[in-house]
Amino acid sequence: MLEEIVIAGFGGQGVMSMGQLLAYAGMLENKQVAWIPSYGPEMRGGTANCAVTISNTEISSPLVTEPSVCIVMNKPSLDKFEPTIKTGGLLFVNTSLIDAKPKREDISIYEIPANAIANEIGNSKVANMVMLGAVLEVIKAIEPESILESLRKVLPPQRHNLIPLNAQALQKGAEMVR
Amino acid sequence: MKVIFEKPKSLEDVTFHYCPGCTHGIIHRLIAEVIDELEIQEKTIGVAPVGCAVLAYDYFDVDMHEAAHGRAPAVATGIKRVHPKNVVFAYQGDGDLASIGMAEVVHAAARGEKITIIFVNNAIYGMTGGQMAPTTLVGQVTNTSPTGRDVEHSGYPIRVSEMLGSLVGPGNSMKRVSVHDPKHIGQAKKAIKEAFINQIEGKGFSLVEVLSTCPTNWGKTPVEALKWLEEKMLPYYPLGDFSPKEGV
Amino acid sequence: MNKVLMKGNEALAEAAVRAGCRYFFGYPITPQTELPQYLSKRMPEIGGVFLQAESEIAAINMVYGASGAGARVMTSSSSPGISLKAEGISYIAGAELPCVIVNMMRGGPGLGTIQPAQGDYFQATKGGGHGDYKLLVLAPASVQEAVDLTIQAFDLADKYRNPVMILGDGILGQMMEPVEFKLTENNELPVKEWATTGKKGRKKNIINSLYLQAEKLEQHVNRLADKFGEMEAKEQKAETYLTDDAEILLAAYGTTSRVCRKAVDMAREEGIKAGLFRPISLWPFPEYALQQVLGRVKGILTVEMSLGQMIEDVRLAVNGKVPTDFYGRVGGMVPTSRDVLEKIVAFREVL
Repeated sequence: MLEEIVIAGFGGQGVMSMGQLLAYAGMLENKQVAWIPSYGPEMRGGTANCAVTISNTEISSPLVTEPSVCIVMNKPSLDKFEPTIKTGGLLFVNTSLIDAKPKREDISIYEIPANAIANEIGNSKVANMVMLGAVLEVIKAIEPESILESLRKVLPPQRHNLIPLNAQALQKGAEMVR
Repeated sequence: MKVIFEKPKSLEDVTFHYCPGCTHGIIHRLIAEVIDELEIQEKTIGVAPVGCAVLAYDYFDVDMHEAAHGRAPAVATGIKRVHPKNVVFAYQGDGDLASIGMAEVVHAAARGEKITIIFVNNAIYGMTGGQMAPTTLVGQVTNTSPTGRDVEHSGYPIRVSEMLGSLVGPGNSMKRVSVHDPKHIGQAKKAIKEAFINQIEGKGFSLVEVLSTCPTNWGKTPVEALKWLEEKMLPYYPLGDFSPKEGV
Repeated sequence: MNKVLMKGNEALAEAAVRAGCRYFFGYPITPQTELPQYLSKRMPEIGGVFLQAESEIAAINMVYGASGAGARVMTSSSSPGISLKAEGISYIAGAELPCVIVNMMRGGPGLGTIQPAQGDYFQATKGGGHGDYKLLVLAPASVQEAVDLTIQAFDLADKYRNPVMILGDGILGQMMEPVEFKLTENNELPVKEWATTGKKGRKKNIINSLYLQAEKLEQHVNRLADKFGEMEAKEQKAETYLTDDAEILLAAYGTTSRVCRKAVDMAREEGIKAGLFRPISLWPFPEYALQQVLGRVKGILTVEMSLGQMIEDVRLAVNGKVPTDFYGRVGGMVPTSRDVLEKIVAFREVL
């Protein structure tokens, strides 16, 4: 198993933390993982992206130039990363913020209204977790429970009350692609 | 036979390389006497500069560290942070401290770094052979101001004690003294001692600016040089205490 | 499981703490800033000192003072900041003091970019500051290796009384990977009888690099040269990957070596016998290890994020025995494994 995942969106959409949670969860499952952020001026107000590699064997290069999975949270990210996806790869599109249709026909496309679903369950901030739920349901590389376990480890105790909401978001996202 | 005068213990028994009439030797002796009187020879660490006093590590009988040009306050900071209970002093000239090392001394002072700096101001670069210093007086002829320091071209000499004294922070101490006659030498020693005590008591940064002579590069005899210091330097560099006031 | 997921910069900072480093002097510059940020919290917890200096120049001179005073001490920066530190590094090497200097390289020359690069290889391995001195230069390719090499770096610095540089790049600094801190807290640091501690019960110590008499300075520099010779003999480190039957050998260090390792896998899938030679010590350059894997090698392709710097050491090491070629990206661009594969294919055709 080797998944090379790119996650992209506006700064503030939880793009970086989504990637970190994936990497953390992979580590908890004893998989090899790496997380690389875009850094610099573009993260200040502009687009942000990160790459996560999850593998059963040693990761040769943590740099992802031809992702097997791409998650785009806004339009500029769709434009930038759709062309880079590997043939046969997966593209997850946040249709709440992206009207445009992807053009590629050699990849599988999943359209998730992540912000709308997040608002339905009461908190727009978990749109990233809705997306992640959908991704995990399709790629099966990481158990959703490992994501929740990661949250328990990285969140300070006073914020553990947010974990059920995140669990619900993962669940709703997964339902969208079943 | 009663000993009424002897070499300070903290000074090595060697001949200074300084030119005849240069006052570096007097200033070295004052520092050594103060170290002896405060009984801190075994816990003092000195930082030598680049310039005429570059060989200061050969003259003081305490642990010594030779710094790069201008960097003595940073080196002293590193030492003091490792050994906060030791006494750390740096010895710097005007080119070293007020030109290439201005940032280091300003920030050491601003941090209230608990070190003592003896700043020897003789209004010229001595070691490199008499070039204009940041403290060279207006009109003063040097090898790089051959027609005299021109303020239109090079600006005004920097008054370091006043400038550092304007930095906030009670506990920091800046004093200007001179060594052109016995009375002033006595006052200079008192200021140097107070500067070391300021550090030992953990109050803050202390600097003593010592007006000094350079007969060789000023083109004067030792006696003329002492007179020139008194007549030309004192009016521009008034002696006194420029320490920041509480609540500045 | 004792693994934690950490950014390279933070992991490296924690490694320094585990190695007994209690003093850090630095100045913010992207992409290494997480390192001082981490230590600004961590050092006070363990009775250490973190001090943000007024400049890179002041920071390295604080390191010079602290090291002379006998401490385990570190500074970190990125390319333009290392240029500013060059003066102090020369003094530290000249005065034979141990310290660890981290350079998370970014694109140059000048202000360049904050994106990753490897354009400081010459600066790190061939000088940077003035005079005849050498830094021991270690180039980790993963966050775990950054941790392990940092801990070793402090021991090597003390062993040789010489500065050691950890040479990474923006990607290593920003990347998160699982790491394990294998070493327990090392509290037994070597005794440093030469340090400035106050002359109680002994003759005075002098930390110095000034020798005004030519004969004395020559003696001093020759003695340093003997030490550098010993490092060259004992401290060469390299890793090889699939080199036993390799016909095309890639040579790359740090982040670029990861890209090349993947390119080797891709080449092997296409039936090309490719292998990777990865220097871990850049100075001393691991020439013996390189010479040992040349068996079936028909050509060496050096890949760097520079216009070609390490390739000069590769050429010196093989001394004309094997044809060499170069592929590099600059300006913060990172070569892709596919680009490298294309270069392998093209290089093979001309061999």
